[in-house]
Amino acid sequence: MKSKYAAGSILKYGSLILGVIAAILPILVVFFASFKTGTEYTTTGPLTPPSDWTNFENFKRAFVEGNMLNGFKNTVIILVISIIGTTLIGSMVAFVLNRFKFRGSKLILGAFLLATLIPGVTTQVATFQIVNALGLFNTMWAAIVLYLGTDIIAIYIFLQFMNSISVSLDESAMLDGASYFTIYTKIILPLLKPAIVTVIIVRGIFVYNDFYTPFLYMPKTELHVISTALFKFQGPYGSEWEVICAGIMLAIIPTFIAFISLQKHIYNGLTSGSVK
Amino acid sequence: MFSKLSYRTQRIIIIVSFLIVPLTLLAIFSFLPVANMFWYSVTDWNGYSEKEFVGLENYITVFTDPEYFRVFGVSLYYFFATFVQMGIALYFATILSFKVRFKNFFKGVIFFPYLLNGVAIGFMFLFFFRPDGALDTVLQMIGLGDFAMHWLGNPDIINVSLAGTSIWRYMGFNFIIFLGAISSISGEIYEAAEIDGANRWQQFRYIIMPSIRIIISLNLVLAISGALSAFEIPYIMTGGANGSATFVIQTVDTAFKYGKIGLASAMAVILLFIVIIVTVLQKRFFSEED
Repeated sequence: MKSKYAAGSILKYGSLILGVIAAILPILVVFFASFKTGTEYTTTGPLTPPSDWTNFENFKRAFVEGNMLNGFKNTVIILVISIIGTTLIGSMVAFVLNRFKFRGSKLILGAFLLATLIPGVTTQVATFQIVNALGLFNTMWAAIVLYLGTDIIAIYIFLQFMNSISVSLDESAMLDGASYFTIYTKIILPLLKPAIVTVIIVRGIFVYNDFYTPFLYMPKTELHVISTALFKFQGPYGSEWEVICAGIMLAIIPTFIAFISLQKHIYNGLTSGSVK
Repeated sequence: MFSKLSYRTQRIIIIVSFLIVPLTLLAIFSFLPVANMFWYSVTDWNGYSEKEFVGLENYITVFTDPEYFRVFGVSLYYFFATFVQMGIALYFATILSFKVRFKNFFKGVIFFPYLLNGVAIGFMFLFFFRPDGALDTVLQMIGLGDFAMHWLGNPDIINVSLAGTSIWRYMGFNFIIFLGAISSISGEIYEAAEIDGANRWQQFRYIIMPSIRIIISLNLVLAISGALSAFEIPYIMTGGANGSATFVIQTVDTAFKYGKIGLASAMAVILLFIVIIVTVLQKRFFSEED
């Protein structure tokens, strides 16, 4: 019995360690390379750690020459505006659809439901013409408006959460003479806080990592976000992998910090955000 | 000022004012593109010309010209990869739902890749797969040096490499969803099973599997649409070269590189239909079962 347990343990931890290696190795070799000098990169193997851990030259080049600094700035602007917008839009729709039953309310809910079936990548062919016609092509608004207009998940998360906020809270506020608007801003919004955290996380991950929206709609260099700025490394630094690796690390570090500090929220957010 | 109005008037004002912006956005950016896409798909539009009605010609091209329907074959790699991905995810989720040392560490590391930026992942694996790169070096270290090859240069293997990258990227998501579902099973059930002498495999087979069956099938459906819409990883890494173009890469190139908006729209409509059919089938199938 005991040896059977031991064998099971070895299998269990062995496979877990294998999983950890598979997850970390690709990141680790990039991390190593990002500190190497050009000659060091060509003369040492990928698994050899860099000789000088304080060589930040590649990072400097990726940051400044590689336009990553500008990319971070644009990403943050788009991220902040679209998250605030998503929270407002999602909570407003959820408030109205959850609290008021009116003619057409089912239809509107159905319309939002139906929209989740449409895979975003496929419709870009036609969306592009609309964005272009609105004069938003090559402006930051293209990304912002698309993130706001096609974000149905947030509405779902808020709708689900609204069910748990008792209507009696609204009613007692109404007895005190509060307007519906006051109920929304003073009662509903504060109580939605856990759902707002979920929405920020789910959307934050999506927007930070999104590639095709900025790639298609904001090709102008000044408008590059992290994804597209990094994507541009391919040509000019094609042979300088140590600089590309520094760029990769720069894109990963904010994610890593966010993950370490928000771990619990991220797990919960993804689990509740995925159940439609 | 607002509160002076009767609740009836307030209600109307709030319904209209709260819904007008979201509904406008929904109409313009979700439904209008779909409607336009249907219309473009029966024209020969190139983005500038007059739109001329060509009937089903574009659809016929997609299904008869090997250059276009060949890419469906590439989806099979991603489709198959999804099963591998879900298998691995289920395995780790099951293991980590029992007592394990350093549980949070393992959970975090296995999940983390899912959070990473797609371009960063694409470049990371371009680096990883390079000749004499990390993968080849590791293979040599463990005595499998003969297996080293041009992971992205060999047309026979390129899609396997790319689908493998896609597993690395998305497995953490399935893992965390499965882990959440498994953890919500009450501990008492396991205890009761253990008293009855059920071993780990039996616990997995008769307790875990039945209670997460629905989540698994939901993820499988997402996987089918995901396999068909595979885009980022192959586009970033190879641009669709060497026989690695997926259906979406082909669509995007047809539209934006070659300016054949009509043809590209037909391709997009086909993909949209497949995804909707799969989703509706799944919904029907599972709502009947419950």
